[in-house]
Amino acid sequence: MDILVCIKRVPDISGQITLDASGRDIDHGALGHTISAHEECAVELAVQLAGASDGEVTILTLGTDDAVEQLRAALAVGANDAVLVETEDPGAYGPEDIAYAIAEVVRTRANDGQNYDLVLVGNDAADTGDFQVGVRLAYELDRPVLTGITLLRLAEETAEVDSAGDGGPTSIEAHGIGPAGTEIFNLPLPAVVAVQEGGVEPRYPSIPGRMKAKKAPLDEVDAPEPVHGNPRVALELPPEQSSTVTILGEGPEAAPALVDVLEEIGVLR
Amino acid sequence: MASIPTQASVVVIGAGIVGNSLVHHLARLGWRDIVQVDKGPLPNPGGSTGHASNFIFPVDHSREITDLTLDSVRQYKELGVFTQSGGFEIARTEERMQELRRRMSSAQAWGIESHLVSPEEVVEKVPYVDAGVIVGAFWTPSVGVVDSVGAGTQMRESAQQLGALTVSPNTEVTGIDVEDGRIARVHTDRGTIATDKVLVACGVWSPRIAAMAGAAIPLTPAVHQMISVGPVPDLAAIPGEISFPIIRDMDTFCYERQHGSDLEIGSYAHRAILHEPDEIPSIDAAKLSPTEMPFTADDFDPQLEQALELMPDVLSNPDVEIRYAINGLLSLTPDGSPILGESPQVKGLWSAAAVWVKEGPGVGRAVAEWMTNGLPEVDVQGADIARFHSHQRTREHVRARTSEAFIKTYGIVHPGEQYESDRNVRLSPMHSRHQELGAEFFEAGGWERPQWYASNAHLLEEFGDRVMDRTAEWDSRWWSPIINAEHLALRERAGIVDLSSFVIFDVAGPRALDAVQGIVVAQMDVPVGRVVYTPVLDEAGGFRSDLTIIRLAHDRFRVVTGAAHGMVDVKWFADRLPDSGAAIADLTSSFTTIGIWGPRARDIVAAVTTADMSNEGFRFGTARTIEVGSLEVLASRISYVGDLGWELYVPMESGAKLWDVLREAGAGHGLVPVGLGVYGTTGRIEKGYRAFGAELDSERTVVEVGMVRPKVKTQDFVGRAAHLRHREEEPKTVLCSLTVDDHTSSTGEKRYMLGGEPIVDQEGQPLVDGHGRRSYVTSAGSAPSLGKHVLMAFLPPAEAVVGNRLQVVYLEERYPVTVASVDATPLFDPANDRIRS
Repeated sequence: MDILVCIKRVPDISGQITLDASGRDIDHGALGHTISAHEECAVELAVQLAGASDGEVTILTLGTDDAVEQLRAALAVGANDAVLVETEDPGAYGPEDIAYAIAEVVRTRANDGQNYDLVLVGNDAADTGDFQVGVRLAYELDRPVLTGITLLRLAEETAEVDSAGDGGPTSIEAHGIGPAGTEIFNLPLPAVVAVQEGGVEPRYPSIPGRMKAKKAPLDEVDAPEPVHGNPRVALELPPEQSSTVTILGEGPEAAPALVDVLEEIGVLR
Repeated sequence: MASIPTQASVVVIGAGIVGNSLVHHLARLGWRDIVQVDKGPLPNPGGSTGHASNFIFPVDHSREITDLTLDSVRQYKELGVFTQSGGFEIARTEERMQELRRRMSSAQAWGIESHLVSPEEVVEKVPYVDAGVIVGAFWTPSVGVVDSVGAGTQMRESAQQLGALTVSPNTEVTGIDVEDGRIARVHTDRGTIATDKVLVACGVWSPRIAAMAGAAIPLTPAVHQMISVGPVPDLAAIPGEISFPIIRDMDTFCYERQHGSDLEIGSYAHRAILHEPDEIPSIDAAKLSPTEMPFTADDFDPQLEQALELMPDVLSNPDVEIRYAINGLLSLTPDGSPILGESPQVKGLWSAAAVWVKEGPGVGRAVAEWMTNGLPEVDVQGADIARFHSHQRTREHVRARTSEAFIKTYGIVHPGEQYESDRNVRLSPMHSRHQELGAEFFEAGGWERPQWYASNAHLLEEFGDRVMDRTAEWDSRWWSPIINAEHLALRERAGIVDLSSFVIFDVAGPRALDAVQGIVVAQMDVPVGRVVYTPVLDEAGGFRSDLTIIRLAHDRFRVVTGAAHGMVDVKWFADRLPDSGAAIADLTSSFTTIGIWGPRARDIVAAVTTADMSNEGFRFGTARTIEVGSLEVLASRISYVGDLGWELYVPMESGAKLWDVLREAGAGHGLVPVGLGVYGTTGRIEKGYRAFGAELDSERTVVEVGMVRPKVKTQDFVGRAAHLRHREEEPKTVLCSLTVDDHTSSTGEKRYMLGGEPIVDQEGQPLVDGHGRRSYVTSAGSAPSLGKHVLMAFLPPAEAVVGNRLQVVYLEERYPVTVASVDATPLFDPANDRIRS
């Protein structure tokens, strides 16, 4: 089973965020870059599934040349090859454009004989949080889609083998966290899945993995011109969070005040 | 927010290893009302100490750095935070093995136990290393790992227990006020502190803080990459945090350090990645800490491959994961030395920056002693912040030199090696002449100085074997036999030298005599026109400089000193002037100096002047203005090459004219242009002239270097009491000149020592003087007039006997040497007939 995982280079937001002079982007100066935790889990799921089904994992991103760093990082934890859909101005692409660009790669590769049974995306991007690409991509590819999925499993008993195709599974078991507990779906393939973190523990790269990543094939294609564009006009920083520390008291005398606070915030009832 | 004291005896900025050891030592030395601020939290405020690798290899080619490291190790041990691990510096190439043999010289010279070992001996102690990729290794059992944050906490707390210190973390310095050139107060986001001393010990942020006071601390934050991999099952099986020696993989510029079940791999092999102090993220904006920048994996990938070669079994395991990877920031300086002492730009602004964990406590003690009484026990003059010439303080220079030097951290650096970047900053007026003559330029203080001239290659034929050519590549790197040919031509005929790089400053005013009299050893109440060569001492009687002073007028003295140390001299004099009545004017860029020496020098100069240049008319040790054509020239009859002749001073713009006139007049006398190879080494070494920084430093006394004069002047001067005491005591060490008796190595090749080599007795045992110092070569060079290679070294007094036969260890082979002089008596022309002829 071959899997395409779509990732997005985003700022590492462990530190305080500031905006750049234009007000339309954050200041990347001192920030490192990463991919979201959802996408890290998507890569991990893909690597595990491909490993169990003798398939391969391709990593895709739309962005500038800088995003190669993120592609290599994903290759270092077990993916087999990567595609950079290159554009000088990724900010000009809205969710519809991105879904279209990914779909173009899926279609092109299908024409070349490379079919992806699964296309994984992160549930929502760590920076823009649009929650849109997965659904729009499924629409574009005319495939079923599940969102909020934390775990994907080759379920032996339910999987039907596609005798006409490459012998791969025709469905997969997908787990998501619903309001009342875990929801389990039997998802026919090919499909699109938006992965949410929490189901698997992404691995760190090993040294051999990192070295393999260096040599792994990386295809660069030009991104199609954005048609719909990005409707973002400006960013605003949220109001600064107050971090006032209130000293409740010292020693045993502080206990009643502490109990009050715990009741107030609902820890004690 | 808690407020901070409104007054302090000193404000220490920074609570890393340096700031913490400083407050400890200041408190121990009696300082009170110390305020220490850091913008970060305690105990790890987020500077370079917090992510340091914390291991210590004591052997360095620099004695000063080694001294600071050994003192630091002693302190870490006292604090109970030192874990001895031992360490290997491994060689993958033959070239590196030679460097390790050279490292053995330094280890022996500084008295540190080290051994060269086989690959098998490495594997015996570090079983996960592949012996197949290494040629050999340098083993130092005393290598260890420290807890620098823990040490700092203890030291800070010891100062607090003495009631000497108020610590204010999470406090950002927002400004520093300077009034009349002095520190007045420090502004922070928690209030203002009145103080007359600020000590900048905040590593990569130091330039930013110094700039608030209008001063420079010329360092740049630079990236040192490191990763941590684990868990390694082989390591996890062994109890203890540090169970294996640390490996420095010298040829790949990497180190591998075990820490529990993890291996830390650090690299100095990548491109130099420099940052700006102002662009380091704030604590809030930083992911880990401000000095742990996002890792740039591409830069590190080649190192992974090399580490994998060295430790294939543990690192190829796919379960061993890269769990931590940073671009850690550290401080680099343009010449690689720390930046210590009081700024020459602002009184009361002290620096203790660009210091590694291995030197931290030693620097803390040295700077605290320096601030207390001006006398650090360890000689740290090579790190003096006053050393920088103005261009060396610029951002551009710092970036150029550190970019070039980063790769030299683990590199094989020849002692004569020249920088390639930011050259041609200061050109003498004769520069185009030198270029036409094919000069090989070496740099000092920004000046381009001819080391030798290709145009003199024809002299090689004339002098034949006397030029003492060298066949070994290392011995002849950054060297040419032409130097020795130029030397012989000077001795036989005459040589002309461009000495534009001299630092020249006048002390002038009604109290000028009092001023210089109080600073230098020699009697300065001399007739106008006298030239005086004199030591400059500190209160303990150690050397701070040696230089020449010309009395130009009753109220004007011209001080002439070298490029390397001259800027420190300027500050030394400026700090000791009376409040009024004497002032200093730096004339370095106003005058060029041309030296002309040799038996024909008089004939040549006499041919271009009407002045009386005869021995009677122009005595040695005098100076006066003469006319050379249309130029007024200050001629000073002294010599650092030990021959008849003059230093001739003219305004910069007339230097080329004077040079041309002398060259033309000298043509018929066989005058040759002579480079600094002669002036700095061969000329002086056969005359036994001492050099500051090599033979002369604050540890050695005037007596020990053999420069005692019959009488001590009655007027007071800095170090007089100590000097008088030294004259009564037996010297603990004696500076000697030795000649090498046989240069033949085991392979039959003649080898020539370059300096730094240990001197041992006939049995190969080290010699230790009364200071506890091992004997080592302080200067080495050809003495072409003698046909000998001469070494200078301090020997224990019992060994300082002319004719005593000893050995010098060069690249792990011993060569016989003989003590030739035990005082300042020159080996060449011992009666100084030439200078006085």
